[in-house]
Amino acid sequence: MLQFIVGRVLWFIPTIIAIAAVTFIIMNLTPGSPFQPAGANNLREDIIKNIEKQYGLDKPLPVRFVIYLGKAARGDFGESYTRRPQKVNDIIARGFPVSLHLGAMALGFAIIGGVSLGILAAVNQNGFIDYASVTFAILAYSLPSFVLGFLLLLLFGIWIPEWTGWRFFRIGGWQSPRDWILPTIALGAGPFAQLARYTRSSMIDVIRSDYVRTARAKGLAERKVVLKHVLKNALIPVITLVGPLFAALGTGSFFVEQVFRVPGIGQYFVTSMTNKDHPMILAVVLLYGVFLAAMNLIVDIMYGVIDPRIRLGGG
Amino acid sequence: MATPREQVSQAELLAEAAEAVPIRQASLWGDAWRRLIKNRLAVVGLIIVSIFTLTAIFAPVIAPYGEAEVVAPELKFAPPSWYFPMGIDQNGRDVFSRIVYGARVSLLVGVVAQLIVLAIGVPIGAIAGYFSGRVDNFLMRTVDVFYAIPQLLLVLLLVNMLGPGMKNIFIAIGITGWVTEARLVRGTILALREQEYVKASRVAGAGGTYIILRHLLPNSMTPIIVALTFGIPTAIFIEASLSFVGVGIRPPQPSWGQMVGVGQQYIQSVQHLMLFPCLAIGLTMLAFTFLGDGLRDALDVKMND
Repeated sequence: MLQFIVGRVLWFIPTIIAIAAVTFIIMNLTPGSPFQPAGANNLREDIIKNIEKQYGLDKPLPVRFVIYLGKAARGDFGESYTRRPQKVNDIIARGFPVSLHLGAMALGFAIIGGVSLGILAAVNQNGFIDYASVTFAILAYSLPSFVLGFLLLLLFGIWIPEWTGWRFFRIGGWQSPRDWILPTIALGAGPFAQLARYTRSSMIDVIRSDYVRTARAKGLAERKVVLKHVLKNALIPVITLVGPLFAALGTGSFFVEQVFRVPGIGQYFVTSMTNKDHPMILAVVLLYGVFLAAMNLIVDIMYGVIDPRIRLGGG
Repeated sequence: MATPREQVSQAELLAEAAEAVPIRQASLWGDAWRRLIKNRLAVVGLIIVSIFTLTAIFAPVIAPYGEAEVVAPELKFAPPSWYFPMGIDQNGRDVFSRIVYGARVSLLVGVVAQLIVLAIGVPIGAIAGYFSGRVDNFLMRTVDVFYAIPQLLLVLLLVNMLGPGMKNIFIAIGITGWVTEARLVRGTILALREQEYVKASRVAGAGGTYIILRHLLPNSMTPIIVALTFGIPTAIFIEASLSFVGVGIRPPQPSWGQMVGVGQQYIQSVQHLMLFPCLAIGLTMLAFTFLGDGLRDALDVKMND
């Protein structure tokens, strides 16, 4: 077990370096200097060269990459090109807690709601609740989060207030807890639906198994069968889904943040790319990469702890 | 005694008679089709996808105006009416016509990007699956690195490097999307490789390329097709997302995502600019999911019992 964890943590390092390298290469292949805004006041060639030198951009690519990695390993992500003299670290420190907050709420909503709905559907297989939840799940699963976000915004932010005068939800913002509700639903709906579908099919598989039939045969109440016997085993495969869900939440969040004007790091995502703000791009990509890898690792370990049948060694 | 000549003609007659007797064709595709059309949601999906495809192909016939034609500059932001069923946009263009032409962009991105994904992913997956060992290891480590970065993020980086426009979106989705395909094909081929008929073929002296092309790939068709049905809406979604944040399709060419992005600026005062492209994206994604789910169930061999 320990060996597995150590191995996986070590595997972390080359993965992160590879992500940084891919980003670094793509970034530097992008034509145009980061200090030459397209169209705007054309700076003289030698002035640009000077600024680039100041930021160390005149050195060869591999050298810059190694310097960057060294600094990043010590937690210094440099100075933003477009938001000078702000430090990338400060910008991230301001936005990331908000993004994390939104992501955590959406994940909680998805896990609690999705798993419950999946259980309800499986227990009432082929009943009304089952069909209703399956239909709902397909709907929520296939709508992109920004489309769902806008539909919610139109309905609750504009039309319902217009028709009924009930102005509970506002159009965007992040000041009060009521502003958290719509973004959480928009971001969490996809994972919610996926979890519900997965829980349902996993439950149905387990319900048909022999030991559940035995439990019923010995006269256990249906409630107890479901809660004590089925649930435990049915939820194990569901855990594997949580890793990919983080990825979905991560990329979904920056569209949802854009829709509801949430001040997370999502807003820097696109602007830093179009502005060629290299330190910002790298920091954001690495943040997502490290976060995803860490979450996948935790999920893998949890999986081994919960299910003794899975031996983590070997692989 | 019948002469040899007569014998032949008798055999021919028998063969003809046998052909005349209707035999229930139990081909894989026939069965799958029957199962598919029994699934109500899948049929709904199929119909919507067909309408979407026809709209995209016949856009110039269906759309009353051009894709970027300024129709009524004096009626900017006019809400839906009899003459303009989806209203007028901020530049005085007909929203309905732009939605119709937007279907073209979506379909093209979905199909072409998936073709690129197939062209890269299938050979790599097949080679990794068949020649396991070192080749497999190397290819799968590459896949792992790609997997560690969310696709949308990588596509954003690439499109930003290549510049906006449809061609670059194809390339970016193709370069980043093959990973899933390669994994899928590799897994299928790993399972098929140990089948009796493949072993028999190998014993009979068939080479790797022959076995892959003749036995393994044809038998991996069903998962590839299902992946394709899910891949097309993914590509459509990525294009919509890119265009929504303004790095995708260049205006004045319309794209649904881009229309949503523009509509957001005016959401407080007019809503039809945002509503119709949102519905178009939502409906298309929904239809492809219905169809994909139906196809997966219909083609799943395990469902045969």
